[in-house]
Amino acid sequence: MSEAVGTARVKRGMAEMLKGGVIMDVVNAEQAKIAQDAGACAVMALERVPADIRAQGGVARMSDPDMIEKIKAAVTIPVMAKARIGHFVEARILESLGVDYIDESEVLTPSDYENHIDKWDFKVPFVCGATNLGEALRRINEGAAMIRSKGEAGTGDVSNAMMHMRKIGGEIRRLSSMREDELYVAAKELQAPYALVKEVAETGKLPVVLFTAGGIATPADAALMMQMGADGVFIGSGIFKSGDPAKRASACVKATTFFDDAKVLADVSRGLGDAMVGINVADLPAPHRLAERGW
Amino acid sequence: MKIGVLALQGDFREHLLAAKQSGHAALTVRRIDELAEVDALIIPGGESTTIAQLARTFGLFEEIKKHISAGMPVYGSCAGMILLADRIVDGAVGQETFGGIDMTVRRNAFGRQVDSFESDLNFAGSQMRAVFIRAPWVEEVSNSVQVLAEVLASDGKRHPVAVRQGSLLATSFHPELTGDLRVHRYFFDQVCVGAIK
Repeated sequence: MSEAVGTARVKRGMAEMLKGGVIMDVVNAEQAKIAQDAGACAVMALERVPADIRAQGGVARMSDPDMIEKIKAAVTIPVMAKARIGHFVEARILESLGVDYIDESEVLTPSDYENHIDKWDFKVPFVCGATNLGEALRRINEGAAMIRSKGEAGTGDVSNAMMHMRKIGGEIRRLSSMREDELYVAAKELQAPYALVKEVAETGKLPVVLFTAGGIATPADAALMMQMGADGVFIGSGIFKSGDPAKRASACVKATTFFDDAKVLADVSRGLGDAMVGINVADLPAPHRLAERGW
Repeated sequence: MKIGVLALQGDFREHLLAAKQSGHAALTVRRIDELAEVDALIIPGGESTTIAQLARTFGLFEEIKKHISAGMPVYGSCAGMILLADRIVDGAVGQETFGGIDMTVRRNAFGRQVDSFESDLNFAGSQMRAVFIRAPWVEEVSNSVQVLAEVLASDGKRHPVAVRQGSLLATSFHPELTGDLRVHRYFFDQVCVGAIK
């Protein structure tokens, strides 16, 4: 009997189990329990949600292992954590803590402005952000087992996530319509490996699960992203920066499952209290836009 | 047959595909009226707490229990196995299951995601590659439960990872991820046939 851990099938399969679900940012054990009780399919453990990272500034890094351990102990659902782009030592530390997924995230300050982590070298799976198909395929080529749109984290403005989902979807549809002999140039233009480009052209989808993230703040936002073809949703600041986190969390979970049922969406959108105030992405000076980190 | 796949959360699309590839009509089940339409039900992999919570909210929880009691054939993989267990250990506080199989299932028994694995095993006489993801195992079963597959686990004991009791089938692993239809065919051909009135 040959037993194997950390295979691509096991890593990608883990993301398959999260589909149709909501992954919520939490900063302590209490929030993690609220998220689990509301029906979150996983939590992202971090010290500051993106809205606070934005407000407080400074270098944002991996969270304290103590805080991650406490969250792990508080819930039975998977626990994810963020490492800085290219910071393979933070990733090793998170792997040794037994987190279930690592987000190599642009929300933290990058540690390397050229290279991402060689993710094949780890047993733990990675999720990475992407703003377009080429970026998604470059991350998959480096071993990412799950992709999420980047959106503009910590804003509560869903427009960038929308743009990235449209872009990724549009580029996939374009590949599917091409002649086989045109895929070589398509790969060159996408700056992505030919084998992956060919696979996407043939199957009409990414070879890994595609979630959406960045700026999702309401049940309607979550449903919008599901209708745009996302397999599931990350909600960062949107839950615990709102007036009634437990109620909003539960509403977003229901909206993600019943994304195509306007009646359910209307019901769950009632009486949620204040949504996070948010920032319009257009008002953010370009150097403060996180989605532009990563390449 | 009309096979329903509980589509609240998890990898239900893969189970829908497996049912179609086996030559059956495959329908998503998110509501009570959709459950009433189908001959058998598959509970997919996913998060058992999420699936139970959504089933509770949308009135499916008691309805699925009723269908199980009435003899509807149900197959659960991973989270689905947990939801078919009469008893669970290491679950979330107050975690509920549909129940139906007289067994105790340990959640995340093989460990966290870094311990997730694939392995060859013998399922009801067939050799196959099985994928285990944060998988549960069966801690103990009553005499009325038939063990269809076991693996040797890190605690040095052999634990059942596929079981059947009457019209209910459960596996710790995910045949829907390997494109191997033999477990689904076993469910359709051995479990459903005869159980569907």
